[in-house]
Formats: sequence, structure tokens, C-alpha cells
Amino acid sequence: MKTASLTGRAAVVSFALLFSFLLAWHLATRGSGTVQHMDPEYAKLMGATATQGKSAMPGPIDVGAKLWEHLRRPFYNNGPNDKGVGIQLAYSIARVLIGYLLAMLVAIPVGFLIGMSPLMSKALDPFIQVLKPISPLAWMPLALYTIKDSSLSAIFVIFICSLWPTMINTAFGVASVRREWLNVAKTLEVGTLRRAFTIILPAAAPTILTGMRISIGIAWLVIVAAEMLVGGTGIGYFVWNEWNNLSITNVITAILVIGLVGMLLDFVLARLTRLVTFPE
Amino acid sequence: MSDRFISIEGISRRFPAPGGGTTTVFEDLWLSMARGEFVCMIGHSGCGKTTVLNILAGLDAPSDGTVIVDGQAIEGPSLDRAVIFQSHALLPWRTVIGNVAYAVSSKWRRWSAAQVAAHAQKFIDLVGLKGAEHKRPAELSGGMKQRVGIARALSIEPKIMLMDEPFSALDALTRGTLQDEVRRVCQETGQTVFMITHDVDEAIYLADRIVLMTNGPGAVLAEIVQNPLPRERTRNEFHKHPLYYATRNHIIDFLVSRSRTFIEDTGGKYDPRNVAVVRPGLPEPMIARTQDPSAKPNRGQQAAAH
Repeated sequence: MKTASLTGRAAVVSFALLFSFLLAWHLATRGSGTVQHMDPEYAKLMGATATQGKSAMPGPIDVGAKLWEHLRRPFYNNGPNDKGVGIQLAYSIARVLIGYLLAMLVAIPVGFLIGMSPLMSKALDPFIQVLKPISPLAWMPLALYTIKDSSLSAIFVIFICSLWPTMINTAFGVASVRREWLNVAKTLEVGTLRRAFTIILPAAAPTILTGMRISIGIAWLVIVAAEMLVGGTGIGYFVWNEWNNLSITNVITAILVIGLVGMLLDFVLARLTRLVTFPE
Repeated sequence: MSDRFISIEGISRRFPAPGGGTTTVFEDLWLSMARGEFVCMIGHSGCGKTTVLNILAGLDAPSDGTVIVDGQAIEGPSLDRAVIFQSHALLPWRTVIGNVAYAVSSKWRRWSAAQVAAHAQKFIDLVGLKGAEHKRPAELSGGMKQRVGIARALSIEPKIMLMDEPFSALDALTRGTLQDEVRRVCQETGQTVFMITHDVDEAIYLADRIVLMTNGPGAVLAEIVQNPLPRERTRNEFHKHPLYYATRNHIIDFLVSRSRTFIEDTGGKYDPRNVAVVRPGLPEPMIARTQDPSAKPNRGQQAAAH
């Protein structure tokens, strides 16, 4: 009862904030009435910005209309520079997933190795410490030069930025498996492989999943920037293309959509984390 | 001690000290145990009790000496020796039956899932956890968790059970019940048990022999108290036995004062291979011949008998 009412009250506050924001936005960008009299033909040419005192910034209603338009036809394809936002998102998500999954295939085993072997942990530490703080986009020229394919380069950038949080979290989770659980395995003469899968993996799974959640968040942040650079397709390219078209409405729509997809990805990983978390 | 089922032969454990040199936890420890015997080890914190147990379990290795179990020197952990951990060490992501089944399937790797489950169930019933099979450790009380630990240890049908203060984290009532359970189960199954405890009454109630350690570092096995109480004892009656207080006082005297001064008191005549075996209530302590029958009994080390 108490929590339900808290959720309810929070929802009311959220809606109130959203409404005030939209109202403020609307008021700030609406037209202030006729500011200049001119010939109707000329006025049409000049647009509402000049004639009605309308801000160049689109209002919430313009964005809402645009969003609705996109949602109604998400997958149209009118050539390279005019694709539905659904198609662009699909490109971005596909790149993120490919790069991310490849990164997981590397990060989790390597993290396991680092976590289990103090030698490898010490030996690999300097490499990780140097590579980790590099902005993923700094790899882009090198990737373009060596891979010679812009789309693959974007995937590579996603790969490299997804790697570190998962690797570090896996290593930490594996290294901090409780000694008593390992002793249980030892006294039961459990072999190395079985121990890795039946003791270390379930014990470290919550930490690993937390790393994976951070990774997918970073991957989704980076894909937009990467696609702005490589161009062609994807939601990042869409944003930049619409900026070149000076269609701020489309840019805002895309920002909103990027946020929603990011939230969805995070939600999926949060769910998975909950599945493997155990109460102590 | 004709039947030397377990023979601890001159083990020591040393660690590198922080400032160079070494710290000796305990040294030159000799002890043998018969099949089906229940031995408790008592000593102050830091005397290396847990280290002795870890060496018996194969989780630690002695710096010197060896331990022979059933004719074979210990080389690492074995399914023949089950450990009940002080912190119960259950796997929290597995249910009660999952925890026991994990041990069962580790011992009998070719068993079908149904066989494993049936075998695990038998031991869950034995420790009185019927109905809680599908609970996770987090949903259990401390006593129930330790019961799972006991069921897990018993389920692999070990030759020896090693218990590291298994009841110290439990409240007094639960502890009493579990002591009864352990006593019953061990007698039913004829288990050989080595148990570490801080609780003198627990040791007198459960053990056939009680091993007393001096204070660490550099701890030694001071003497062995032969429990004078009959093997058939009950919780309600054992403390009314005429020899109960003599035994209890002897152990407490040792823990309070003699554990500190034991080595000085012996005047350099301490023989780790021939420690005094005390039977409280009897006038003269017996001297055990744990290793070398030709060695002369060392009169100088007679422990103060009550």
C-alpha cells in the first residue's frame, strides 16, 4: 500500500514536470503574432519566423507531429538520404549488437583469465590501463585505414568501447569469489572446468552482468558519434544529416528516439542482471 | 591406540613473518585417531586449530610432517574427508537440495539426476529438513543452514568428517539441538569426526577424546583428555555424571592458565610424540605412546590431574 502510493505520487510529480516542461517549451517557441506587414507572397517566402515572430526552434507540437509522422512510417526508403527512422535505428542497433557481442566473446573469457590468474592480472594490467581511457572514436581513423570499410569500422569502435567495463568487472567478480565457495569445490574434488562453470560463473554473474550493462550503455552512446563520422546509415548519421538539412524538428525527434532505445537496452540488461542475482 | 586410522605425524605450519623470518603457528604435532572416534580440539584463538583442520582437509599443507589417513598420506583435498565449515559455505544460488546434490554429483559423477536427487533427499531427511528442499539458503535460519552443511558433508559418505566450530555462530538452543543431531548421526553412521570448538561443554558432550592446544604462536599439543563419561550420554544427564565436573574443571584450568605456561612448566622435557593422556578423576595420568613404543614415558610432563 505504502509503496503503491509512493509510485502513484511519483507518477503525478513526473507528469507535472513533463507538462510544465512542455508548456514552457511551447510558450518559449510560439509565435508572438504578426510582427511585420508584408506582401502575402513575400510573407510566404519568408516563413513564420519572420512574419509571426515564431522562434526558429520547433515547439513541442511540431516535434510531436514529426514524431507521429515517423512512427507511422518508420521503414520507408526513399534513397540514401531519406530513410525512415526505423531503418536508421535498425542499422545502429545491428552495429551495436554485433560489436557488443564480439566484445563480450573476448571480454568475458579474458576477464576470467585475469580474475583467476594473478600472473595474467599483473601482466595485462598495464595494457588495460593504457587502452581503457582512449576515447573509442580515436580508433576511428586507424580502423578506417586498416579495415577500409566504414560500417565495419563503426562495429570495431563499438567492440573496443564495450570491451573494458565488462572485462574489468568480470576480472573483479571472478577474483572476489568467496574463498569458502572455492574451498567447497576443492573438498569435493571438483575439476577446474566444472568449478569455473558451477562455482565461479554463478558467483561472479551479477558482477559480470553489471559490467555488461555499463558496456551496452557506452556502446549506445558511442554509436551515435561513430555514425556521425562514418555516415551513410544509422541514427547518428540521421541526426547529422538532419542538422545539415537544418531540420531541428527531426534532430529533436531523433534525440528522443535515441534516449528511448538506450533506456530499452539498459532495461533488458537490468532484467538479465536480476535473473542471475542471488540473495545472500 | 592400536587402530591408527588417522595419523598426524609431526606436522608444523610456518608463515613468513611480515618483518622477515617466520612465524610458527604450531609445531611438531603428533596425534592419531581410531576409526569411529570423535575427537575435539580446544585451544585459544591463534593456536592454529583451523590450520590443523585445513591440513587434514587438504586445503593447506604442513610445512613439516605428514598426515596419513587410512594408510595413505594426504595430498590435497579428497571426497573421503568432508568439511563442515563454520560459515556453512552454502552456495546461495542453489536451493537446499541443489547444494546437497552438488556434493553428491561431485562424488558419483555418472549418476543420473534422479539418483542424485534421491540420494540427496535421504540426507536432507536425515538432518530434519524435509519440506525445505526447494528453499534457498537466504530463506533459512542459521541452524537450518548448518543442517544443510551437515547433510552436504554426510551425503558424500566420507571416511572422516572435519568440523570447524560448526555451531559457534548459532544461538544456544539451536546449538544444543544440532549437537544432538550430530551425535546421533555420527553414532548411526559410525563416522570418524575431528571437530574444533571453543565450547568446553560441547567437547565433553560430543567427544571421546579432547585435544588441548597451548597458546600460539608456536603452539603445541599439550595433552589429551580421555573423556571419562560413558559413550552413551544424553544432554539431560551428562552434566550430572560424577566425573563431569572433574573433566570440565581440568579443561577450564588448562585454558585459563596452563595453556600459557605449559611449555615452561614441563621444564624442557616436553615430548610431542608422547603427550600426557589425562583421565580426569583418576589419580595418575596415563602416558600415551602415540608413535614410538620404545620411547620412555616422560615422567616430567605429568599433567596436574584432578
